[in-house]
Amino acid sequence: MIAILDYGSGNLRSAQRAFATTGHEVVVTADREICRKSAGLVVPGVGAFRSCMKGLLAVGGDEIVRERLNKQQSTFGICIGMQIFFESGTETAQEFPGATPGLGIWKGSVDKLNAPVLPHMGWNTVSAPQNSLLFKGLEEESFYFVHSYAAKTESHKKIAWAEYGDRFIAAIEDEAFFATQFHPEKSGAAGLALIKNWTDSL
Amino acid sequence: MTLSIRIIPCLDVDSGRVVKGVNFTNLVDAGDPVEMASLYDREGADELTFLDISASSSGRDTTIDVVRRTADQVFIPLTVGGGIRSVKDVNALLRAGADKVSINTAALARPALIAEIADTFGSQVLVLSVDARRARTNSGFEVTTHGGRKGTDIDALEWVEKACELGVGEILLNSMDADGTRAGYDLGMIRAVRPKANVPLIASGGAGTMEDFAAALDAGADALLAASVFHFGIHRISDVKEYLSRSGYSVRMPSKR
Repeated sequence: MIAILDYGSGNLRSAQRAFATTGHEVVVTADREICRKSAGLVVPGVGAFRSCMKGLLAVGGDEIVRERLNKQQSTFGICIGMQIFFESGTETAQEFPGATPGLGIWKGSVDKLNAPVLPHMGWNTVSAPQNSLLFKGLEEESFYFVHSYAAKTESHKKIAWAEYGDRFIAAIEDEAFFATQFHPEKSGAAGLALIKNWTDSL
Repeated sequence: MTLSIRIIPCLDVDSGRVVKGVNFTNLVDAGDPVEMASLYDREGADELTFLDISASSSGRDTTIDVVRRTADQVFIPLTVGGGIRSVKDVNALLRAGADKVSINTAALARPALIAEIADTFGSQVLVLSVDARRARTNSGFEVTTHGGRKGTDIDALEWVEKACELGVGEILLNSMDADGTRAGYDLGMIRAVRPKANVPLIASGGAGTMEDFAAALDAGADALLAASVFHFGIHRISDVKEYLSRSGYSVRMPSKR
């Protein structure tokens, strides 16, 4: 079973339907036991870094994610759901001075892209890492992005890079932890295939 | 690695049915929005837009159901516009499976609605639809309502600038002069609005020939919306994309999968 963590963020219906195309049972829930036991946990996220962290903490999602990290249980962050796996984010820094702390699973901060037109909205290609599990057979495909902030600093993890204004992290594979800055659930056939690549590994 | 231009077909939906000039031969039922959405997805549409033109509230409820059924089958971004007046309306559409909403009249009546929606759901869900025509305002472009029939005396460029400050995530620029003419997008209007918008700009109204699409991109559009040329089968989305790709634009070709 796959659980999609429900912490009050946006359109989860598409995510549920997209992950269900793999044949897995998919539930949208904040129930701690279900999230602990599911073969895969999806951490979605739309809106802003700060409000997402707030929502995550409100349902104890931080503890659920850390526990899955300790036990190396497969977990998949999408968009802001990926960003909050980093150390900090500077979105909404104008209203709330200083960066918002993230879960700190990965080093680095999530900062605004340097581009005249934001958000980075639409279909873009990525350069997938060698021996990628997520991008297997999908190296030439495009994926759907909607974001103004991104992680840009190199780390030792298996990274797919993309470019818009800056070079930024489009996806990460780190043992049991996976994440994409783009929305695979909105990336048509290529996105569904990427989701299947992940669920096949569960 | 470059962001692709987007081609967005727009479907007018009234009480759950696609209306206004749809002429397909390869569909069982050309009036079914879910079936048409799937077809456009297969032909390589980068996003879909539904414009709800239902007059009654029961018609609007039906649209929610259409959005739900479409989101169950089509996994590309879906924008819904028409008659959205409140944060509550937006919430209902997003929960049904819409990814973005477009607003027009309600934002003109009460610009604070833009900030309310952006603060609640993020700017990325909010498309501001600007129905503009040439008129004697400061910039020479005026915002209209009621499908271009009513003037507002609001300058289109000033409105776009203000809306970007209030937090819209995208501008859908409809030329009321060019709409339905198939004589080409209003390039002067796109060029005038482009520097005022720091968010993506979707051009709409007037698409006729292949060259029209390229010209609108050259004028500064990030995405191109069209209705009748696709509905009447004058161009297929895949043909437009192939043309643009050959002409050197970055285009997402339909997945090989």
